[in-house]
Amino acid sequence: MSALPAALDLAVRHRLRWWEALPWAAGLAVFFLFPNYLAFGTQVLVTILFALSLDLVLGYAGIVTLGHAAFFGAGAYTVGMLAAHWGWTEPLSGLVAAALVAGAVGLVSGWVVLRTHGLTLLMLTLCTMALLEQAANMFSGLTGGFDGMPGLSFKAILGLFEFDVLYFRSQYLYVLAVLFLCFVLVRLLVYSPFGRSLTGIRENLLRMHAVGAPVRARQVLAYAISAALAGVAGAVFVQATGYVNLAVLGLERAAGVLIILILGGYGRLYGAFVGAIVYMVLEHTLSKAYPTAWQLGLGLTLMLVALYARNGVLGLGEALRRRWSAR
Amino acid sequence: MDLASILLGGLAAGMVLFIVSVGLSVTMGLMGFVNLAHGGFAMLGGYAVVLAMRHWGLPFSAALALGFAAVAALSVLLERTLYARLYRASELDQVLFTIGLVFVMIALVTLTVGPESQRVVLPAWLDGQTDLGFLKYRTYSLALIAAGSLLMLALWLGFERTRIGARIRAAVDNRRMAESVGVDVGRLFTVTFALGSGLAAVGGGLGAEILGLDPQYPLRYLAYFLIVVAVGGLGKVTGVFFAALLIGVLDFTLKIYFPKGGTMFIYALTLAFLLARPQGIFGKRGA
Repeated sequence: MSALPAALDLAVRHRLRWWEALPWAAGLAVFFLFPNYLAFGTQVLVTILFALSLDLVLGYAGIVTLGHAAFFGAGAYTVGMLAAHWGWTEPLSGLVAAALVAGAVGLVSGWVVLRTHGLTLLMLTLCTMALLEQAANMFSGLTGGFDGMPGLSFKAILGLFEFDVLYFRSQYLYVLAVLFLCFVLVRLLVYSPFGRSLTGIRENLLRMHAVGAPVRARQVLAYAISAALAGVAGAVFVQATGYVNLAVLGLERAAGVLIILILGGYGRLYGAFVGAIVYMVLEHTLSKAYPTAWQLGLGLTLMLVALYARNGVLGLGEALRRRWSAR
Repeated sequence: MDLASILLGGLAAGMVLFIVSVGLSVTMGLMGFVNLAHGGFAMLGGYAVVLAMRHWGLPFSAALALGFAAVAALSVLLERTLYARLYRASELDQVLFTIGLVFVMIALVTLTVGPESQRVVLPAWLDGQTDLGFLKYRTYSLALIAAGSLLMLALWLGFERTRIGARIRAAVDNRRMAESVGVDVGRLFTVTFALGSGLAAVGGGLGAEILGLDPQYPLRYLAYFLIVVAVGGLGKVTGVFFAALLIGVLDFTLKIYFPKGGTMFIYALTLAFLLARPQGIFGKRGA
């Protein structure tokens, strides 16, 4: 590609395109078309938000983490403990509190673990998550220990919309709205100069140091913002389902969200959407009936993706489109 | 429990950690390959030992040798056909590939053997107690300590006193330089990978008594193996040895005094330690 089209591409890539309205239209359409599947739909939306938060660190800042569920769990437990022990059940302020706590955890742990790289960094992200998991297990007076805190209830959203325990109608729209706001924030971020410098750090660390970019500060900040968003995802998960337990913090959830983002395609904003929908629908239909075969298939898919399809479903689509237009 | 028994129990657990993790450290140091499936080789080794003893009636030591050989052969096959394609790939691809491999191993073991946990039947001469003069202790734990120490000695001699050991050290320190003076790092890697995976298999078999053995083994202990390698330093046999013993003893002690959240301190200590020394116990900066 010559310099001019590349510059043109950079100048217009942040503009909204018509198809970017489609996911949101589809999200609303599901609400009206499949009223019996809204509980599942809410789970998918939460997962999209979680994967989107991971995309910011993994896809844009290029930090490989195995412990992203730490922040999902931090947000989830914040909302859960506020509701169970202090009667703080107002949902929107709960989200803010969860974002602040998870963001603070991300800031502190990012400041510590981002000094390292490679295997050590990977291990330390895992360590941070395991540390929180063990803490949640140990301080069972606060967190409910292994059983967690079931049967939490929250006040109506904005004082208007009661949480709908049976059909998840208000939860679905609530999570969709939260996801939309967070998506707008992430989209603004990745196309801002800050986002460009993250991509620069991912692509060429040495050069970014050489041009004087504050590499570590940017990485830590991206890590903290991503943590806060993951905390929001954990918080809406707890508000929608009304329970929290140790599963929000486990390696299974962390590996799952990584797989979702990779399957969808990382560093592309919409990869989180595609990956979460594909993965959750497959899991919903297959994993209960054939858990072992599901794991085998998932493992084989991951190996194949790593070997042949490094950019996920969206990357495959782009490759096909390029081949098509090259003809 | 008195101090000596706690120390011995911790040392035995640490030896198992060492035997499993040492291969991971060397292969990481050589190729920088993030092999999260290493614990999977340990699990396969454990299963090979259990099944060989149950179905073919092999004695414990012969079953361990068989586990070593089978897993080493399997790892060479995987290394040549699949791992080798990813040496130049990004860390993320290596992580995904090896996590996928772990899932496949777990699923295959669950399908063929079953999800329940397995027990290693120890031979009579390892079962029971030995009188050390000042206290009586489990013979098996003492045997583990002896086996781990012997292995450490053998590896140290191999690393420091043989030609292939010198080549490995050279390649860990500076791969390009080693290649330019004629060391075939690719082949060296295949050999060390096989040896490391085989040792992991032996560790899986020996350690089944302490760590247990079921299909979730590789994920449950993933953090432990990684901690040992990161604290010990990449490609450093001696560092891994001391890191494994330290973590084994600490973990054993903390679990006795704080049964509920004992492992929490291990993670906290690891974070604090690597904050102070990101390169590990004996690692050099930038290695």
